[in-house]
Amino acid sequence: MANPATLGAAALSADAIGAGPMSGPRGARPRRRLSRGNVFLYGTLLLVSLYYLLPLWVMVMTSLKGMPEIRMGNIFAPPVEVTFQPWVKAWAEACTGINCDGLSRGFWNSVRILIPSLVISIAVASVNGYALSNWRFRGSETFFAILIVGAFIPYQVMLYPVVILLRELGIYGSITGLVLVHTIFGMPILTLLFRNYFASVPEELFKAARVDGAGFWGIYFKIMLPMSLPIFVVAMIIQVTGIWNDFLFGVVYARPETYPMTVQLNNIVNSVQGVKEYNVNMAATLLTGLVPLVIYFASGKLFVRGIAAGAVKG
Amino acid sequence: MAIAEDADRAPGDRPRGATRRPVRLFQNLQAKVAMVPMIFVALVVFLGGTIWTVVHSFTGSGLLPRLNWVGLDQYERLWSSRKWLVSIENLAIYGIFSIVGTLVIGFVLAALLDRKIRFEDTFRTIFLYPFALSFIVTGLIWQWLLNPDLGIQNVVRGAGWEGFAFDPLNNPDLVMYGLLIAGLWQGTGLIMCIMLAGLRGIDEDIWKAARVDGIGVVKTYVLIIIPMMRPVFVTALVLITSGIVKLYDLVVAMTSGGPGISSEVPAKYVMQATFGGQNLGQGFAASTMMLVMVVIILIPWAYLEFGGRRRG
Repeated sequence: MANPATLGAAALSADAIGAGPMSGPRGARPRRRLSRGNVFLYGTLLLVSLYYLLPLWVMVMTSLKGMPEIRMGNIFAPPVEVTFQPWVKAWAEACTGINCDGLSRGFWNSVRILIPSLVISIAVASVNGYALSNWRFRGSETFFAILIVGAFIPYQVMLYPVVILLRELGIYGSITGLVLVHTIFGMPILTLLFRNYFASVPEELFKAARVDGAGFWGIYFKIMLPMSLPIFVVAMIIQVTGIWNDFLFGVVYARPETYPMTVQLNNIVNSVQGVKEYNVNMAATLLTGLVPLVIYFASGKLFVRGIAAGAVKG
Repeated sequence: MAIAEDADRAPGDRPRGATRRPVRLFQNLQAKVAMVPMIFVALVVFLGGTIWTVVHSFTGSGLLPRLNWVGLDQYERLWSSRKWLVSIENLAIYGIFSIVGTLVIGFVLAALLDRKIRFEDTFRTIFLYPFALSFIVTGLIWQWLLNPDLGIQNVVRGAGWEGFAFDPLNNPDLVMYGLLIAGLWQGTGLIMCIMLAGLRGIDEDIWKAARVDGIGVVKTYVLIIIPMMRPVFVTALVLITSGIVKLYDLVVAMTSGGPGISSEVPAKYVMQATFGGQNLGQGFAASTMMLVMVVIILIPWAYLEFGGRRRG
């Protein structure tokens, strides 16, 4: 609804200027545009926005500065001389231990972990959700209940048993192992998401398809799948951010050569040896945050709708 | 319906109401086969793994898991360990402030956004974007902002206030609050969104009725809207709490448990004992205690949610 027209922007900044000295009572009548309530409202929102935006501003600005400028100046100031050298160094030259090939290795590891995990976890969970909402059988709800309770069990409780499982399967430390781990631990939330979505599909539709003789997979592929594309996008958003941002599983189940980006980032930044190059470190941090941020800004309202719907319904 | 006509017709498959309970074992065979992965995960990984860990917490496992029973020795060692006690205390501090802070900030922001304002989408995008970032990235960002020689303290001193001191991460008494600043930054957006969805679900007529009765906006929120949003608050509470118990990445990125052991948390204790200290039994006992904490929190909630009313 919000339409950032020039007029509106002018009105907003006027509100912002007025917001400083005035602090009217919270919850005054918000009807008139420039009432005390409105000034307070926009003033608060802008102030809070600052808390959320400043860190990003600092990161971007610092990553574009040279080290001498960082030592001299203030982190909130924009760079006097813009340099992209820190970004290049973070991507291709930053060191973890003896390896100095930058974050690019972690990035590609994360990609190789992400894509199969995404496809497999969503495929499995959507079938689970579909079966749970339309093909209940004796015990199906019990398994589902265990799964959901499992989502609340701290990962630490299951970390070691899964190590044993992966070792028995011969995939401990490999990317395949991590894919399996992400599929397992992503299952509760995704299954819940799909189950709730499919449960909201009118039952008459399902019945009609049954009357027409469609079977389990027929209904799934020809009816449920085509009409639930938005929820698949929501599931993808959840999984991309979740898997990309994972640190714990990466630390436990990967070897240094298969470390995902977050683990490698932490190793680069929190390594004790050498001079701290803040600009390189911040560029590296931004690079790691870039994928989920792009997903977030590109998906816009769907991201919001997805997390809100998934959470409230559950 | 058109979609139903598109479905392929399998001859011999008798029409059957979805609501009718299937009786025979092979009734929904395909559905059962399709659910094998879920059943495996639920029974073997979640249930089996949990039982395995709890059982092994009563053993003296060191480098490798063994079944040499030692009774409650691991728990005695755990609860006499200063590091564990500090971890529990830290988690309690972080947890209480995180729950209250996230709920209050989340609700207030949602209420502000719900006042039919301009640029709602822009503000929401700003408040929610940190949620897309990992705890590692969040932790590193705030580690720099809270760094006395680089971040906020340095900037304020540079602006002329020489005596200004803001260095929570190097102060054992304040370090958990430093972590909290970063945690709130990352997590409030999600709760705001959930609250906003809850506010949008409230009937416009309620507002009209409140206005007719001359009840003020704040009073309407406190006396009418918040009680109506109980399920939303419960969902938010469960989400926040389950996130708090997992607190680990943020600590690793921001302080590594320091200064000293003053920002240790239970999850980090488990990781260190299990994968760093060749002390599996301690790790299992500590993770079992984490499980107990979750159970203590979860049971009252589950009772309130599912005990009273039956779900269809």
